[in-house]
Amino acid sequence: MMFAIGLSHYLTVAAALFTLGILGIFLNRKNVIVILMSVELMLLAVNLNLVAFSAHLHDLAGQVFSMFILTVAAAEAAIGLAIVVVFFRNRGTIAVEDINQMKG
Amino acid sequence: MSGAFPVLGPALPEIFLALAAMALLMLGVFGKGEERPRIFFYLGAVLLVISAALAWLVTPKGGATIHAFDGLFVLDGFARFAKLMVLGASAFTLAMARAWFEREKLARFEYPVLVMFAALGMSMMISANDMISLYMGLELQSLSLYVLAAYHRDNARSTEAGLKYFILGALASGLMLFGMSLVYGYVGATGFDAIAKVLSHGHAPVGVAIGMAFILAGLAFKVAAAPFHMWTPDVYEGAPTPVTAFFAIAPKIAAFALITRVLVGPFGPMLPQWQPILVLIAILSMTVGAFGAIGQSNIKRLMAYSSIGHAGYALVGLAVGNQEGITGVLVYLAIYLAMNMGAFAVILAMRVKGRAVEGVDDLAGLGRTNPLMALAMALFMFSMAGIPPLAGFFGKLYVFLAAIHAGLYTLAILGVLTSAVAAFYYLRIVKVMYFDEPIEALDKAIGRTMGVVLTVSTLVVAFFFLVPMPVMRLSAAAAKTLFPH
Repeated sequence: MMFAIGLSHYLTVAAALFTLGILGIFLNRKNVIVILMSVELMLLAVNLNLVAFSAHLHDLAGQVFSMFILTVAAAEAAIGLAIVVVFFRNRGTIAVEDINQMKG
Repeated sequence: MSGAFPVLGPALPEIFLALAAMALLMLGVFGKGEERPRIFFYLGAVLLVISAALAWLVTPKGGATIHAFDGLFVLDGFARFAKLMVLGASAFTLAMARAWFEREKLARFEYPVLVMFAALGMSMMISANDMISLYMGLELQSLSLYVLAAYHRDNARSTEAGLKYFILGALASGLMLFGMSLVYGYVGATGFDAIAKVLSHGHAPVGVAIGMAFILAGLAFKVAAAPFHMWTPDVYEGAPTPVTAFFAIAPKIAAFALITRVLVGPFGPMLPQWQPILVLIAILSMTVGAFGAIGQSNIKRLMAYSSIGHAGYALVGLAVGNQEGITGVLVYLAIYLAMNMGAFAVILAMRVKGRAVEGVDDLAGLGRTNPLMALAMALFMFSMAGIPPLAGFFGKLYVFLAAIHAGLYTLAILGVLTSAVAAFYYLRIVKVMYFDEPIEALDKAIGRTMGVVLTVSTLVVAFFFLVPMPVMRLSAAAAKTLFPH
């Protein structure tokens, strides 16, 4: 018997990816680039969610939304990397524990 | 009526602002942007004022609501009032920024362009009537703000502020998007009106409640409300002072307009679910704002905690969730704008022998060396502490009255208690100005723009109680359009 993959499976995977993304931001003590990757992971989890719902509901709005998110995510990554580059120029490091000029 | 081609009229201010910002960018890149940035600051401020005027003119009078772009975009009295505040505040902070950046040799034409793009994003957020347009407006604003925070790119603190703001901002956007995807999945639509319609038919599914909580978390980050406030002190301290002034006013008001529209509009039927969350966030923000600022020696950091506290007071009105509460929020935001504009004009004017300073101690003896500026700053501080008859008192009065009328007594009592605690650090600044010996006197010359902004905001803060009606009437009319029934 074939095992049918339904909406709940997609949602579970998306939720797991999203949680991984959040954990990646908070537990990561090494590198800012890993944080950028975690942010992307979160956004992709959302996209997966939207596309799964969209297919389930037979409604295109979710897929349109995910296209917008992909576009914005690209711009966001570009800006994030640019900020990381200027930070590196000033400090010579992008280790997370070195982002400590101000307390908090 | 339009067939395939959407009616563009309602979005005229946004279209104008987008074209103007792009034209200014081209002018800067291919023209004399590098040599003469000053003209760009003035042009940017003027263009922002024009778009504010357009936003005022295109909105229908008398509480009517216009939808455009297949319901993605909405224009009503609420949007008009919020846009007027946001675009006006952006224009004034831009005008104030010019002198500071020129003295620090940081004036570049990119700054006004970025502020205009951020203002465009805020304007889109205010008029968003669909989760997709909300997200696009919010991201346009946020991406511009990340760059603005790191604007002083040779300064380690500024780039660190940008990096922190970026990481936490992206996290907040991700949370909000996850919430939106859940709401979309369980409601089957992204439009605010469609969501409200589905939710008004009785009990909301659990998925929608979870999604709403995620969206609230993301939006609470944008208004810098506790427990999502961690970025605020560092970003306010690290960013260049004119950027901090901008951050403290325009994006805050825009985010409040957005969170108000989202909670009252699509999630209006779920008031029993979101009210306790908002009560908690408001209490936490007021407490963090009051206690966090004690012992801060950097005035920008102090203003960051102050803005967290003010977000808490405005959220008190929002937590009430009825027309009276929203009116209170709008009055509070208008007064907050005037107080912060003035306070930041003073902070921007703080320099010793031509060098910008930002310590609370640097204000010492200002009462003797520059009595007028000290008087203005003292008025702003008394007003923020909520001492009658200054404007800040009335802002707090209306939100607390709304809370009491709605039976949220705990919120009102805690609000009054935390303002008493907050008064301690506001009065400390007054004490430093009038009773401490000056170490090095601040420079006298503050510049014409700063003088004008300072005079206007002092007059507004001091004499609000004589003519409160214009602001009151506008806020009440704006709040009414959110409650059509």
